Amino acid sequence: MKPTSIMNRATPYLFLAPAGIVLVFALLYPIGYLTVASFFDWRMGSPFADAVFAGFGNYAWILKDPNFQESFMVTITFAFAVVILEMILGVGLALMLERPIRGMTVFRTIFILPMMIAPIVVGLVWRYMYNPQFGIINKTLKKWGFESIPWLSSPDWALPSVIIADIWQWTPFIFILSLAALQSLPRSALEAARIDGASEWQQIYYIKIPLMMPVLVVAALLRMIDAFKVLEVIFIMTNGGPGLSTEILSLQIYKTAFVSWELGRAAALSNILLAIVLVITLIMFIYTKIRDARIARLQAAAEQY
Amino acid sequence: MREYSKINTAIFYIILICLCLMALGPIVLMLLTSLKLKVDIFNDVSTFIFMPTLKNYSSVLHDPSLMRYLGNSLYVGLISTALTLVMGCMAAYALVRFQFMGRDAVSLNTLLMRMIPPAVLTVPVFAIWNFQYHLGNNLHGLILVYVAINLPFVIWILQSFIQQVPIQLEEAARVDGANPFQVFFLIVLPVIKPGLAAAAIFTFRIAWNEFILALVLTNRATRTTPVHISLFLTEHNIDWGQIMAMGMLIAIPPIIFTFVASKQIITGMTAGAVKG
Repeated sequence: MKPTSIMNRATPYLFLAPAGIVLVFALLYPIGYLTVASFFDWRMGSPFADAVFAGFGNYAWILKDPNFQESFMVTITFAFAVVILEMILGVGLALMLERPIRGMTVFRTIFILPMMIAPIVVGLVWRYMYNPQFGIINKTLKKWGFESIPWLSSPDWALPSVIIADIWQWTPFIFILSLAALQSLPRSALEAARIDGASEWQQIYYIKIPLMMPVLVVAALLRMIDAFKVLEVIFIMTNGGPGLSTEILSLQIYKTAFVSWELGRAAALSNILLAIVLVITLIMFIYTKIRDARIARLQAAAEQY
Repeated sequence: MREYSKINTAIFYIILICLCLMALGPIVLMLLTSLKLKVDIFNDVSTFIFMPTLKNYSSVLHDPSLMRYLGNSLYVGLISTALTLVMGCMAAYALVRFQFMGRDAVSLNTLLMRMIPPAVLTVPVFAIWNFQYHLGNNLHGLILVYVAINLPFVIWILQSFIQQVPIQLEEAARVDGANPFQVFFLIVLPVIKPGLAAAAIFTFRIAWNEFILALVLTNRATRTTPVHISLFLTEHNIDWGQIMAMGMLIAIPPIIFTFVASKQIITGMTAGAVKG
């Protein structure tokens, strides 16, 4: 074989190799390691080689642990509250503000700012705004004659507080997505409805929402995945407290590993979180496959006529 | 096209501007606080009327440890972005042109890797980096993690740009005697510049903002700025003016990117939702 043809054959592998090696050593191997470690009784300070095999011991212990049960409920509440409220607000605003907008690029740029800055900084700013003495929120409440609210210091208010911060940060994401979806709706369907005398509400309910549905479902699932990944904002605002009222699973993993030094248990906890997110991801993937197949079928059918 | 009445338009822009104020409010508040003296922060009277001062910035910037952490953040951000881009576009090119995996397989992999919560990586990365790779407390260890978590997304986004490069362009170059590497570096790369810009912004932003992995992988010498801020905050007597000044310093690069390249950012952000 000529040297050039050998080179041509080897090229794809050479191009893939660097990325492949990094992904295997720095992502796949750690995930595999995590799975193995979750079956061992392993504490910080001793090498993994000395850890004792514990079977499903870690998982059994976690599932019985009331702290885990509470943290699990907090996580689920947080994720669902955040996704539902952001969807309502984001889609609602998009429906309300859908029309040709002068300077839309400027508005859009401003709306994505909260998502671009570091989560650590978001946590910082909100912690400052919730401050009981000089925070702007309580100051404003007092000025308007309301009682001040113990935002981050009361177990009842802490979770709503972090939910509000997340809504501030991520509603623009849903808003921008649904605005894009609205603007790409087929004009003909809307024209037809208008000519037939459909009211504004009927157009929204019977035409716009159903046609936007594919994008909305995927947006909601993407937000759901991200909601399970949240850590920094809560870490800075409340560090999980008061009590366990804002201790989402991500935070419990960190604390189990690096505060209580129970690495095996933290690994098992990580696997549980990973499993939850995996299920949502697969639902999303299957949904988009079905959606694309349906679109392709409809297009094929349309071309026949 | 429908006609909109004047009042309607006015209400419409008022709502839009209120939304902008809500989005910007906390960021502006951070900026204002960073320009205030301690007295003004604790002063009950007003949020907006005070004597602005750069004292917080000067004391923060004169702190040699913070300068070091900013330097660390910058180093980690730049190197990991460069490496991710080089590896990412080579891999994306191979996947598209040599048809290794279908686009479906790549999408699914990207999605799967994108869903991994960073907290899940803390335990294995801490253990492996410290005890097996001997990269603990080392900036290059941090770079390795960031390259790995950014690669799937970068490969995926660059793939769609490479698919748009006309294959005739490459064939012409090959007929003229260019080898695959020349074709890639001299023909393909210049064409996909916009894609590279979008990918670079995403990667740099994640490396620059990331906190939890940096927290478990670094020590006093190798900390990045977000970690430094979080440790600064746990003390009882919080100096809000200084901490907000640090917050601004971290927030500035992403804010600049947003204003320079909002179009690419939105493309990258919405790409995942619009097509699986």
